[in-house]
Amino acid sequence: MTDTATSRSGPKRFAAPEPLKAALFAGGLGFFLWSLAGAGVSISELISGLPNMGVIASEMVPPATDRFLPMLWSVLTTFQMALVGTVIGVVISVPLAVLAARNLAPHPLIHAAVRGIVSFLRTVPDLAWALFFVASVGLGPFAGTLTIIVDTVGFCARFFAENMEEADPGPGEAIATLGGRRIDIVVCCIFPAALPAMINTSLFALEKAVRSSVVLGLVGAGGIGAELAVSMEMFRYDQAATIVLMIFVLVLGVERFSSWSRGRLIGRA
Amino acid sequence: MTAVARLATFEGNGQDGPPASSLSPTPALQVRRLSKSFTAGGQPVFHDVTFDVPQGQSVALIGANGAGKSTLLRCCLRLVEPDSGDIAFHGTDFVAARRQALRRMRARVGFVFQKHNLVPRLSVLTNVMHGALARGVGPRSWFQAIAPGAEREKAMACLEQVGLADLADRRADRLSGGQSQRVAIARSLMQDPELMFADEPVASLDPAAGEGIMELFARLNHDRGLTLVFVSHQLDHALRYADRVLGLREGGLALDAASAGRTPGCLRGLYD
Ligand SMILES: Nc1ncnc2c1ncn2[C@@H]1O[C@H](COP(=O)(O)OP(=O)(O)O)[C@@H](O)[C@H]1O
Ligand SMILES: [Mg+2]
Repeated sequence: MTDTATSRSGPKRFAAPEPLKAALFAGGLGFFLWSLAGAGVSISELISGLPNMGVIASEMVPPATDRFLPMLWSVLTTFQMALVGTVIGVVISVPLAVLAARNLAPHPLIHAAVRGIVSFLRTVPDLAWALFFVASVGLGPFAGTLTIIVDTVGFCARFFAENMEEADPGPGEAIATLGGRRIDIVVCCIFPAALPAMINTSLFALEKAVRSSVVLGLVGAGGIGAELAVSMEMFRYDQAATIVLMIFVLVLGVERFSSWSRGRLIGRA
Repeated sequence: MTAVARLATFEGNGQDGPPASSLSPTPALQVRRLSKSFTAGGQPVFHDVTFDVPQGQSVALIGANGAGKSTLLRCCLRLVEPDSGDIAFHGTDFVAARRQALRRMRARVGFVFQKHNLVPRLSVLTNVMHGALARGVGPRSWFQAIAPGAEREKAMACLEQVGLADLADRRADRLSGGQSQRVAIARSLMQDPELMFADEPVASLDPAAGEGIMELFARLNHDRGLTLVFVSHQLDHALRYADRVLGLREGGLALDAASAGRTPGCLRGLYD
């Protein structure tokens, strides 16, 4: 690490740290210690909270079965929101990605503008979108689906664009040479080259959507999250346990499906 | 009139017709005082290059690495914009063409690269279909599965001409180098080209495969009257497969001669 320094000025193992670096380090450490207080980290509260956690955990077993069917429907709705939102989001992402890809955008300004919009969609957190959609289209799964769409576009348009930028330019040049249009190049050269990576990205988007659709219900955007919030508020921890188990099975199932498809995809690519 | 000439040269499949040049007095390619430099006011890659290629002729373009052979071919198709000069295909000016007109002109000229530039994940037949992209059926030649029957038959005929009809369903990335280059040529034939450019088409092939590709070009040139301009570093290829040799050196055409009766030794001076 300090090879060049030692070879020039001899061995100086305990070189005095530069004052600027030392000040930065001290400042960083101070900020972190202050943040511990700001984040409310408190060992004593953790210790005094332990018995509560124990009580809640013991009330969770055995998980309740009284609202099993309605909960199952809620989980299904959650998955449907995630699925529909992801599919629509992926469909919207494809043309956006073409405009956002450096090698395909009709104009650098369009490329920059679309990139900017997509970044905005991605950086605003999904719960903020959910609150916005609940306020505009009302409570229920549609608000959640819209949230998933926006989330998926923010994620997929960016990565699709990168997948497309990685495509070999040679075949596209050949198509341009024989008089093809930009759309011909996109469909005939870029899509086939980027397709495996795009499917992979879409599967990740689905996993992400299932996980985030679970919590959207907490702000009224439909799905199992609402059931979870109600159970917790009513101190029905046994019901909450059932819901958590259902969510676990759903997320695990989607992840399994996703990695199975990915394996088949790689096997054939 | 070019349509008639095309019919005359391309419809007589396999028959030895009269030399195409006797049908059309207009040269297939006219290049007038063409200049190109990549740096403003700097050393030009070439300057005031002028030549005609009569229809049906086979021309070899030779010259040292960096002499500007690729740039010259690319300028002729305006893949690289020339600084000044005129280009015409069969008497039609190409320099003024914009957008759609430019694409239609490009569609009339085949271009074979050193690297075949096929779409690896698509079938051989679909890759050949792409040759028709600028010629009318549009999106229906994106994939062979949605192409009109007549176009598929035409693509099969093009594959037959390069001797690969039995590989139509194979994926393009499962081909050898020589086979890939043949498919690229079939894709160019699908354009119904009036003229074919080839930039070092055999440079990345082994000698036997390279010989096969040059034989194929020679056959298309002889039997079908296809006008051909190819770049090669193999002087024996240039002499054997071309009627005429053009040599680029120091920004100009230092050599323009019939190939008959010459030996590789005569051409070596170009590389000193
Ligand atoms: N896109 C480009 N930008 C700048 N210089 C280029 C470009 N393409 C080619 N050149 C230069 O033009 C000269 C001719 O290149 P090229 O036409 O590829 O030669 P050749 O095909 O005869 O080997 C070289 O000096 C090369 O560096
Ligand atoms: Mg070259």
